[in-house]
Amino acid sequence: MVNFKYKFLFEELVKRDFNKKYKRSFLGVFWSLLSPLLMLAVMSLIFTKFFGRTTPHYTVHLFVGQIVFSFFTEATNAGMSSMVGAASIYSKINIPKYLFIITSNTLALVNFLLTMVILFIFTALDGIPITWKFLLLLYPIICLVLFNIGFSFILSTLFVFFKDVQYLYSVFTRILMYVSAIFYDIKIYDPQFQKLFYLNPIFVYIKYFRTIIIDNTIPSMTMQFLALFYAIITLFIGIMVYRKNHSKFLYYI
Amino acid sequence: MIIEVKNVSVKFMTGNFRDIGLKEYLVRKVKKDVYSSEFCALDNINFTINKGDMLGIIGTNGAGKSTLLKVITGVLPPTNGTVKCRGSISALLELATGFDGDLTVRENTYLRGALLGYSRQFMNETYDDIIEFAELEEFQDCSFKHLSSGMKSRLAFAIASLVNPEILILDEVLSVGDGSFRDKSETKMKEIINDGATTIMVSHSISQIRRMSNKVLWIDKGKQIAFGDTKNICDEYEKYLKTKVLPNGCNMQ
Repeated sequence: MVNFKYKFLFEELVKRDFNKKYKRSFLGVFWSLLSPLLMLAVMSLIFTKFFGRTTPHYTVHLFVGQIVFSFFTEATNAGMSSMVGAASIYSKINIPKYLFIITSNTLALVNFLLTMVILFIFTALDGIPITWKFLLLLYPIICLVLFNIGFSFILSTLFVFFKDVQYLYSVFTRILMYVSAIFYDIKIYDPQFQKLFYLNPIFVYIKYFRTIIIDNTIPSMTMQFLALFYAIITLFIGIMVYRKNHSKFLYYI
Repeated sequence: MIIEVKNVSVKFMTGNFRDIGLKEYLVRKVKKDVYSSEFCALDNINFTINKGDMLGIIGTNGAGKSTLLKVITGVLPPTNGTVKCRGSISALLELATGFDGDLTVRENTYLRGALLGYSRQFMNETYDDIIEFAELEEFQDCSFKHLSSGMKSRLAFAIASLVNPEILILDEVLSVGDGSFRDKSETKMKEIINDGATTIMVSHSISQIRRMSNKVLWIDKGKQIAFGDTKNICDEYEKYLKTKVLPNGCNMQ
């Protein structure tokens, strides 16, 4: 699907969205960092009392969960509406529609990498040594990007056909937030029940990040496999769903 | 032969499946209340044009002219039949397509150029010419939304026409700008045609078609009424506009 013919267009689209998001507002990049920081402040204020005693480095624990989860929701939400939003363009010009999904996901990635910088500041402040193992974070980031793109493909296709998918999805993400162990540690549950969490890809990615950042250990083979498995399978399904339906989009928008 | 349109039909689906939510869709599916019917937007269109031809497409509103252009540019795959195009297509698009009010004139020029499939290098080389032709030198870093609509159309025309396309498609847009710019754009059009480009133009102005086209395609409610020599068909068409009676033996060549 990669086509270098569209490299220039892709760059211009990313530039357009980037300019609109960051350059036009007074505080620019700062705004997009403010929201996770505020969220973190409130959550750590409230939850440290409940979970902070049993979970080491609770602020970092919380922050990792928070930013990985936001990356997923931001990328998929933007990806979902990108297809309908760009309808006026691809209904007139013959360009691949998936470009708009990739563009919105790229922008979410940029935002995520910015919040990662803040995460590292928190990590250092919390007295966690930053070692070479942090380089391994590249692997779950790549997996997560593929996962997000695949998920966006599915959602954006659905959204073209059914406009209420947006609302159903916001309910879905709210539930997902509670089962992704963002503000608690799954150790409080019995071992049998803990296994269920690994069915949730977002939990797997959060866990991967925490294992490297907080425990400073390389995640197990099972984790490596799961991270890749969820990414590939989602991307595969996403591309299939998109390819099967994209020629019908014009009739619906 | 540079464009060959053979037995092209486009069928749209109509029915009660559009703009409904997932919930409603499932409910109707259970109740078996989903129906769809076909609507023939284009029915068996046949024509070929050669290098240097200027084809005018005429027909009343809703005849399928824009749909035909979409099929030729490849945006909409035809339900039946084939379209063969030899050469690069540049389409002069409606104003709203692909321009973004929040970006500057410069950014919009690059974005539109990218959408039309030009390379970055080419845009770097042509940028100054485009701005000069559109007479927007002083406004390059202005926000696009602050331009007047005449200025916007001038920019759109300049971007599409300064690239020396092999095939240029114009959908109801030649009447842009004030009088002097209209003359300038018609001159530019003639220059493009004289350079050997093939042009397809949709217009409601019969006098313009008479002046510029050497071939005319007349479609009515998706059916091809006539294709061929400009003068005869324009005469017939004007007669039809008065009497609302289609000529007998529909396919007069």
